[in-house]
Amino acid sequence: MSTNPIRVLIAKPGLDGHDRGAKVIARALRDDGMEVVYTGLRQTPEMIAEAALHEDVQAVGVSILSGAHNALVPRVMTQLRDKDISHVPVFVGGIIPDEDVAALLELGVAAVFGPGTRTGEIVAAVRCAVERAVAGASG
Amino acid sequence: MSLAKKIISGDQRALARALTFIEDGDAASERILAELHAHGGKAHLVGVTGAPGVGKSTLVNALAQSVRARGDTVGVLAVDPTSPFSSGAVLGDRIRMRDLAGDKGIYIRSMATRGALGGLSHATAAAADVLDAAGFDCVLIETVGVGQAGVEIAANVHTTIVLMAPGSGDDVQAIKAGILEIADILVVNKADLSGAEQTRAYLRSTLTMGQTARAVAGHPHSEQADTPSPGWEVPLLMTVASVGEGVDELLQSLVAHHDYLASSGELDNRQRERMRAIVELRLRNRLYTRLVQQVSQQRFDALLQAIVARETDPYSAVASLMEDID
Ligand SMILES: Nc1nc2c(ncn2[C@@H]2O[C@H](COP(=O)(O)OP(=O)(O)OP(=O)(O)O)[C@@H](O)[C@H]2O)c(=O)[nH]1
Ligand SMILES: [Mg+2]
Repeated sequence: MSTNPIRVLIAKPGLDGHDRGAKVIARALRDDGMEVVYTGLRQTPEMIAEAALHEDVQAVGVSILSGAHNALVPRVMTQLRDKDISHVPVFVGGIIPDEDVAALLELGVAAVFGPGTRTGEIVAAVRCAVERAVAGASG
Repeated sequence: MSLAKKIISGDQRALARALTFIEDGDAASERILAELHAHGGKAHLVGVTGAPGVGKSTLVNALAQSVRARGDTVGVLAVDPTSPFSSGAVLGDRIRMRDLAGDKGIYIRSMATRGALGGLSHATAAAADVLDAAGFDCVLIETVGVGQAGVEIAANVHTTIVLMAPGSGDDVQAIKAGILEIADILVVNKADLSGAEQTRAYLRSTLTMGQTARAVAGHPHSEQADTPSPGWEVPLLMTVASVGEGVDELLQSLVAHHDYLASSGELDNRQRERMRAIVELRLRNRLYTRLVQQVSQQRFDALLQAIVARETDPYSAVASLMEDID
């Protein structure tokens, strides 16, 4: 069990210009002791995967409010696979209709968080997924 | 294949893993660094420092593109502060570096200070060595936004760029903090804002005074890597980093400074000082670890208790601990 901070990437793909939610999550993760690489608005799936690779993050969170999740998330997953880092858990936050959630989970997304989700729940989910991945890798 | 070999062959995932090991102080990190050492020593290590928000990341974004345009590859280390209230951090320098995305000749890594003071993290110098060994021609290190403290960067790089912006009052702060003394290149960024000309004039006069004072004092050729170089006149440049204005001139100054360092022998001095610092730090840490291993916790606690009770003092306690180990 290490005390090294968990490294997480928070990214905001797509064209909508609202990153308030993403920033709130970034701060909540920081307050929980994580190092959050925050890449800002309008990230392409390629940029997200490249940042995840460079930064060696243990989790990726994408915030999508534009409704383009069905187009963007598969591309993020493909890009991560191309860079050989598909083991990194991906979380999706935003306005995602119930009928789309199952499809995202099917793609390999670790969890989907709707607008009402408490930040504490998100922080716990990220921490849990990362600790499980670390335990899996070392034993 | 070892992680080090993968790094040398250009594997960015291996590089990223190694940097994490180094940041985390993982047992693997020393072996990786040892194996990489023979491959280093070629990169131009450049520090970019200045007050918070002065435009360091934006300048790195622009400068890295200019370096790439010459055909050289670039590694970036961007340091942001760890929160004093949790061990966490929000690392946001990448926001300003989006133009660098998608270029395999560029690698950007964000680092948190993890409690280190002085504008870098304890792992930054070793991380720069890794990027060097990985074959990046130029390594740009962005420090934490430093106002008063933190001139550590100069001891860790070959060329230090100090950034100022107009109208912030940073110039006076910077002079108090001694930050001008570490500049190999001084840049007034945000030259599009009003007051840029005054800031430049002010810095110009301060620089001239400093250089005259040194000349008069016959400033000896110091061993300290962070003293300015005799024979190098610090250029004072203006940039608008957000649109790339003045950045080609900055690159020219960077190249000129590297040429100057190489031809004057100063490059060798700075390399030696960097290595000295690395060796001394490791040695100190190892000796301390050995001490801690040899002194029992009870003995340490008992001494501490006695110090608190004013039965002994910290100085005698340390002397008596030293007797335990040799
Ligand atoms: N007007 C103007 N704004 C600039 C210029 N360069 C950067 N900025 C803006 O200044 C703000 C801060 O820029 P950054 O590059 O993030 O500054 P920084 O020094 O890296 O900041 P920290 O890392 O937080 O210390 C941003 O809004 C930039 O767009 C410039 O030349 N002119
Ligand atoms: Mg910055």
